[in-house]
Parts: sequence; structure tokens; C-alpha cells
Amino acid sequence: MHEINYEVPSTVAQAVTMLKRHGEKARPLVGGTDLLIQLRAGVRRPEYIVDLKHIKELRQIKFDAKKGVRLGAAVPCIEVHESEVMRKNYPGLTEAAHLIGSLQIQNRASVGGNLCNGSPAADTTPALIALGAKARIAGGKAVREVAVEDFVTSPGRTVLKPNEILVEFVIPAPKPHSSDAYLRFIPRNEMDIAVVGVGTSLTLDGDVVKAARIALGAVGPTPIFAKKAGDSLIGKTLDNAAIETAAQLAMEAATPIDDMRGTAEFRKHVTGVLTRRTIQIAAERARNK
Amino acid sequence: MAQKAKSNGKVNGHHAHHAHKTRVEATINGEMVEFLCEPRQSMLEVLRDVLELTGSKEGCLTGDCGACSVIIDGRTVCSCLMFGVEAAGKNITTVEGLADGAKLHPLQQKFLEDASLQCGICTPGFLMSAKALLDRNPNPTEAEIRYALAGNLCRCTGYDKIVHAVLDAAKAMQAGG
Repeated sequence: MHEINYEVPSTVAQAVTMLKRHGEKARPLVGGTDLLIQLRAGVRRPEYIVDLKHIKELRQIKFDAKKGVRLGAAVPCIEVHESEVMRKNYPGLTEAAHLIGSLQIQNRASVGGNLCNGSPAADTTPALIALGAKARIAGGKAVREVAVEDFVTSPGRTVLKPNEILVEFVIPAPKPHSSDAYLRFIPRNEMDIAVVGVGTSLTLDGDVVKAARIALGAVGPTPIFAKKAGDSLIGKTLDNAAIETAAQLAMEAATPIDDMRGTAEFRKHVTGVLTRRTIQIAAERARNK
Repeated sequence: MAQKAKSNGKVNGHHAHHAHKTRVEATINGEMVEFLCEPRQSMLEVLRDVLELTGSKEGCLTGDCGACSVIIDGRTVCSCLMFGVEAAGKNITTVEGLADGAKLHPLQQKFLEDASLQCGICTPGFLMSAKALLDRNPNPTEAEIRYALAGNLCRCTGYDKIVHAVLDAAKAMQAGG
């Protein structure tokens, strides 16, 4: 690995100052589970590594029944899974965090890092999009908010400017009779990268859908917000026909490629399957709340 | 805490051409240790090359195989995916810290009795993942053991003997062994 400098800010302001000073020469570090591999492979060659995980705001999970949760960008996936507030209110996102790699990886990797790495196959990103999460970004004159579906711009690239950091996610409080689900397809039981991932959130009023959002992973150059698929459910009774229409629209939103993990045709098919299943799981959970 | 890690190289300004080293303090296997390392060195390189703790093995260097697993503040991590400078202020246990003098840890004892290794490269990592599991859950089911060990690969044993050794060690530890 090339020579690097390591810096440890303890506040957001310090981090932003360091990043401003170094510009394109710096890369933030949280869990490092993607970054160290990229450094060894020479894919990224920053001169400065700025370790963000000792900043308090980036490490907290703060829940308010009205405002929702503020999930710090550097909270390790394992702490998301172990948080009762997260498991109860956002089970789909929590499951996505608990699907990433092994325990060794979940103990270091963060939901924020998963997004900032910019992979189209990131497991937690479709779950965040389904929940309507916003990313709060510091570095400019004021903190700015970006919807998670607008965060990744191309594989490995995001809306973050060199002097900006992702501080936290703001996820709306769950409405009564609402819930979420995330499923991914991989060819083995654990420890693989998604061939397709689908996140769905639903709010029900009896059998009628009041709100719905569906997002897709690994079927395009960035995570995809399948807005038409979710919108198609709103106002409808959640029957097989409604679910089938949403699944078809999700398949249409997918723009997969053929690669070693699966063919484009297979990925489209699986997008439909996982859309149906996540709708059913989210609905089941919503009814029980 | 990690803020103690102070770079000897200048952060703002010119750098010497030779690799600059950083002083780091951490607790390793119960002892306060101070070491110098380059910021680019992984925790695994620091353990093996600086501290001469060669129990942790280098396998894939991508976080897939788990041969470099160590326990940091109660949680297993792949030491190949962490910088040594990140160890500042942390409490680290490596396979060298398992035995109590000449007395093997029950996990080590059961790995031997159950023939849970052949070539042995993966064994230190498995021991650390198993220890972290038993520290949190002294009486795990077989499924829980398999889940906790999913980040450790073994090409020799077919895993069954490893899982049995962890079950046996849990029993022995509950019985006060």
C-alpha cells in the first residue's frame, strides 16, 4: 500500500477543516471494510485518511416517536441490528444491515459507509430509500439534506464534494400500521454480494395501501428508486393483482447487466419475485402493528 | 482514546521522504503496549511484523477468510481490514492471549481433542470468533455457532469438527472446565 497520513477529528467541524485542507487528496474512513481493499488494489490512492468514527454525532442512534430516527453515519451495522428501536421501527433496514458480510465485517462496517462507497449492490441503500431516508451532509455553509435515492450518482461516485461528510440519516417515524422489508438474492446462504436486492415500505389502512415505496439494488449503475412501482399500490386494496402490477413496474424500472453474478434476464425476473415477497412481508408486519 | 495517536509526520506542510511512524498505545492480551507503526500498516501487519505476534494469519487480505480475526473491545474484526493506528486506546485479544500460561483455553483444548484442524492456518481465526461468541452467548445452539463462524473459512475440515469443538467447549466451560 502507498504511504498515507492518518488523521482523527473529534468534531464535524474539525473533519470538514481537514477535508477542506486536503481536497481530493483525502478519503474519509469509518469501518474500512471497502476502503482498505481499494487502497491495496490501488483503486483509490488518497494521501490522507480522515477517520470519522470518533465524532459523537456520527455514532449515535437517536429516536423520537414524532421525528423519527437520526442514525449516525458511522454506527456499525452490528449496533443497528442490536438496537431495539431500530429493530422495532425499521425491521427491513435492520435486516439489511445484518446481511452485510460476516460478523467481522458488520462489527466494523457502517450504513453510512455502505452508502458512501457508492456500490449499486449495497444492501442497506434500497432499505433506506424505501423508508424515505434523507442523508444530512456537512461541509458547506449549512448542513444540506439529500434524499438517499439521489446520493449515488454512478458506480463508486456520490454527491459528496471532497470537503463534505455524511453526518447522519434522518428516517421518518413509522406511521401506524406501517413497516418495511428487505430481501436480496445471493447464490448461497450467507456472505455474498447481492445479485438483486429489494426494499419495500408500506403503510396500510385496513387492506388499503396508504403509502408505499419500493427500491432496487444491483440492477442498475446506482440503487434505483422504483417510484412507479410503489405509487401503483397507493389507494389500492392489497390483493394479488395490485402486487403483480407493482412487481411488473419494478421489473420495468430495473436496468440490469449480465455479469458473473447473473444475467440481465434472470435479474429482472428476480426483481419481480423479491418485489412481491417484500410487499407481502412488509404488509404482514404492518398489519401486526 | 484514538485521539492519542499522534503523527510524527507533519499533518500540514512538508513531509520527510522516509516513512513516518506514529506512536500508538493499546492493551494487547491484557498488557499495555506502546508501538510505532506507519499509518498505512494494517493491524495484522502490526501484530505480525512489529509486535511479533504471528498467531494471526494472513489469508485473503479482503475480509473473506477470517484467518486474521482478532477481538477488539469484545467484537471480532478482520485485522487485515483495519489500520494499526486505529488500535489506539483499544483492548485487543489475539490467539496468543487465549491460553492461561501453559493451560490451554477450553476452546483450544477441544479443538485438539476433536481434531478440529488439519493445516491449522484458519484455526487462530476460528478460535477468536468462537471465543467472541461464547463470551456473549455461553450456551449457543449449533445454528448460532455456524452463523458466528460464517466469516471464517476452512478448506480442510468441512467445518463439522470445528462446530463440535465449540459445542464441547461451551459444555466444558459451563461445567466449570
